[in-house]
Parts: sequence; structure tokens; C-alpha cells
Amino acid sequence: MITATDLRLTFGKGTPLENPALRGMSLTVNQGEFVTVIGSNGAGKSTFLNALAGETLVDSGTIVVDNVNVTKLPTHKRAGRVARVFQDPLAGTCEGLSIEENLALAIKRGQRRGLSTAVKKQYMEQFKESLSSLNLGLENRLGDKMGLLSGGQRQAVSLLMASLTPSAILLLDEHTAALDPKTAAFVLELTTKIIEDQKLTALMVTHSMKQALEVGTRTVMLHQGQVVFDIEGKDREGLEVKDLLELFEKQRGLSVDDDSLLLG
Amino acid sequence: MLSEIAFYGAVETGLIYGLVAFGIYLSFRVLDFPDLTVDGSFPLGAAVAAVLIMEGWNPWLATGSAVLAGMAAGAVTAILNVKLNILNLLASILTMIALYSVNLRVMGRPNIALLGEETVLTPWYSLDLAYHQVPVLLFSIVILISLILLWRFMKSETGLAMRATGANPRMARAQGIATGTMIILGVAVSNGMVGLAGALFAQSQGAADVTMGVGVIVIGLASLIGGEAVITPSTVVRALIACVVGAIIYRLAIAFALNADFLGLQAQDLNLITAVLVTLAIVLPGVRSSLVSKLTRKKA
Repeated sequence: MITATDLRLTFGKGTPLENPALRGMSLTVNQGEFVTVIGSNGAGKSTFLNALAGETLVDSGTIVVDNVNVTKLPTHKRAGRVARVFQDPLAGTCEGLSIEENLALAIKRGQRRGLSTAVKKQYMEQFKESLSSLNLGLENRLGDKMGLLSGGQRQAVSLLMASLTPSAILLLDEHTAALDPKTAAFVLELTTKIIEDQKLTALMVTHSMKQALEVGTRTVMLHQGQVVFDIEGKDREGLEVKDLLELFEKQRGLSVDDDSLLLG
Repeated sequence: MLSEIAFYGAVETGLIYGLVAFGIYLSFRVLDFPDLTVDGSFPLGAAVAAVLIMEGWNPWLATGSAVLAGMAAGAVTAILNVKLNILNLLASILTMIALYSVNLRVMGRPNIALLGEETVLTPWYSLDLAYHQVPVLLFSIVILISLILLWRFMKSETGLAMRATGANPRMARAQGIATGTMIILGVAVSNGMVGLAGALFAQSQGAADVTMGVGVIVIGLASLIGGEAVITPSTVVRALIACVVGAIIYRLAIAFALNADFLGLQAQDLNLITAVLVTLAIVLPGVRSSLVSKLTRKKA
């Protein structure tokens, strides 16, 4: 379970470019939930994800992952609990290393690394089995350099790497946005399959409202660094993009009113 | 042409610079950390080894201490970068400058002669080999052991984490790798290699000198780039072999250039030749591949 409470973060504090990215953001994600996060540009989606991952530390507020307060921990100390797939398909893997070396890096995520051989024979079966579930023929190319793979293939492997060892939450940062529509559909399908099969807890940021409603069990909309609405279960069923837009307009209208109230 | 002694001399120096090239491969290639500390850690290794040998230490213990001194120098550079957020290149220049003073302090004077002292080479001279062949044999053994150790390390879990740190630090962090620690460890090991090279160089040349580090970085880079031009570094072991081959080729090329009377080159032209060779090593692979593509196009 992940609990983020009253997160606040301002970029460029005290400069003319001061930009409050998170303004009292709170969200609790329960075990086994698959939350999709939407919001306009600058709503704080990526900042929220980076704050959960540890890439950016918040100014105030707390983040608790599986009863451990990780608010002040850097990325590598959270990695055992938080798995992540980046938007850029090239960011999640090392192109200069082979497929098996990338997987060997991932299988030790968040654990001590010693001086024994990294690519162990006993891993091979697991590597081959999980790669073959992608149906890309990669199980026969374990020794190939990651750089030889296409963006979609690399993103699929990134996803595999993130789910190779258990984590408290899987963060997906618009991980299909940089792919062509067909590949994006493939990666998204793979995502839902992995999350369902392994009963993972996941948080997926997306730009596509359609995608946000089609997958997952719960949808959260961010606006100006806060959660403006949060729907799940029956309320979410049968909801369409236009309903979401209506909700969004309504919320936006409200928040504008809020601002004018504050400024007035 | 090259005399036999000049040839062995070039190979001997080449083997030592192969160790420097290992260090530079680790910092420049694996960690993507342009590290100029080597210009200081090379004479540091020489100074530490020379002083301890003069004190009557076992030459191998003295050499081992030189490795540790080099590692400490590298760690300082990396800590300046990782903990104090100083740009990597600048951090290494700061350490390099500081080491000049440190080296003078270590030696107590600008140079120490080791003539007549017992060095790591001394016992090997009793072998039935020509005088100029002995260092080549010993240094070949040292570099082979270093190569195997480095290669095994790069294949280990920690080594793989280090390679990921240099190639994709964001991904490395997301996999739980403490990238800062990896940089400190890697730059330390890199300079430990260079310290070893300095210690061996002082013992084979019979002296340590505070200025002997000037340009070591360029020679190491020349060896690295030259080696990569000859042997494509597609795997770790190939990259390491390329370092050694590059360093030997470089020294042989220098020896040939200085020995070829028709060129009229003299010892003072060394730095110019180095610059030309490095330029050639950088440009030639591109020329080669464009030639290959032209040839294959004709065939098609």
C-alpha cells in the first residue's frame, strides 16, 4: 500500500520562474489496485511519479510505502519497493549491455550486489520463460545487445524487467506515449496482462483519457498539483471520454472559481 | 629500422601504458567520467613505490602501496564530483594539480633514483634471458593478471552495476544501484591501475620524477582509441585486449617515427607525433567504414 499525504513541491523557489508543481497532493493506493492518472500539462502527474520514485524529493508531506516512510530516501534506496517504466523506451534499458545483462541487473533490483557473476546460469530458465511470454522471439536472442531492439521491443523488455522481482508498486510514466499506435496497443495489452497475472499494484500516468478508462481499476485526475477527482468501481463503469471531459470542465471551472476566490 | 633493444623497450613501455589504458577505459568508457587525475596518480604511484623501496620495503609491497595511493587519489576526484557536485573534469584537474604538491612531499625532492635498489624486476634477471627481455616478460604477466581480474570484475554483479551507472544512470538508480558509490569505486580502481603503472615505470626506468606524469592522459587515450580502431570493443574482454594492443602499437609507432631517419624526427617532436597519431586513430575508423561501404556498394 502506498500513502502520499499532503505532498508539496515548488520548483525554482524564490526565482521569477517559481513553479508550484505539487500543492497538497494526497493519494492512497491500496494493494492490488491499478490506478490510471490523467491531467493536463503541468498538472503535476510526472512530478508526482518522480516524487514517488525518489527522483525528486518533496518540500513537505510524507510518502509511506508498505509501512515504511520513504519520503527522504533517494531513488536507489526505494528501488526495492518501487519499480518503474519510463516514457522514453530507451531510458529503461542499457543499450550497450546484452538482453540477459539487462535482465540480470533487474533481477537484483534493490538487493545487495556482490562479486559473483552477474549473469547466472540459474536465471536463464526464468529469463527465457518471461521473454517468451512477449512473443517477440527474444528468448533466443539473450546475448544480443539491447541497442539492436526496436523501441517497442525495448519498452516490452523494460516492463518485464520492472516485474521480474516483486515490488510494492509499479510506476508507469506514459510508457506508451513515445510508441506508434500499433506498438502502443501491444505494450498496453502486455501491461494489463502482467499486472493481472502477477496481481501487481500499479500507477499509470497517461495522456489518453480513453486509455485511462479502458484499463485499470480506478482513475484519478490531477489538476494544479492536487487530486481533483477520484473514481472507481461502479462510478467508473461505463464512463466515456465525454463524461470525463465534462467532469474535467466542471472541475476546472470549480478550481478557477477557487482561484478567483483566493485572489479576490 | 628498429634495433632489437629499441623494439623490446617499446613493448615494455607499451605494456605499462596498457595498464594506464585499462584505467582510462574504466573512467572514460565504462563510467563516462573524463578523468585527468591520471597525470597525477601516475607519478604518485612512482613516488610511493620509489620512496618505500628506498626505505627498504619489499618491492611488491611498495608496488601494492602505490596501487592503494592511486586508488585514494581517484577516490578524492570522484568524491569531489559526487558529494560536492563539482563537474567531473574540473574535479579531476583539481586533484591532478594538488597531486603535484603531494608528490613533491612524498618524495621530499623532485626525483629519486632507484639505481642499484632491489625492484620487482631484480629476481627475474637471474633467468636465462637477455637483459631487455626481462621487463617484457614480467610486465606481460602483470598485465595478463590485471586483464583477467578486471574482466571478471566487469562480469560480476557490482561490475555490471558500474557499467549500467556509466551507460544509463537514471535506469541504474531505478534498479537500486547507488550510482555515486559506483563512480567513487570505479574512479578509484581506475587510478589504482594507473598507480600500478607508475610504480612499474619507475622501477623499470630506475627513477621516479615529479614531472613524469605530464601527458600520461594523452598517451593513455591514444592507446585506448588506437586499440579500439584495431579491435572493435564489442565485448569487455575485447575492449581490454584493445587497450593493451593499442598501447603497444602506439609505443612502436613512436619508436618507428623517431628511428626513421628519412622523416628527420627527433625526441623533442614526441608530443607532436602523439597528437598526429591520436588524430589519425580518431579519424581512421570513419575512413575505413566509408571505404567499406563504397566497396560494398560497387559490388551490389
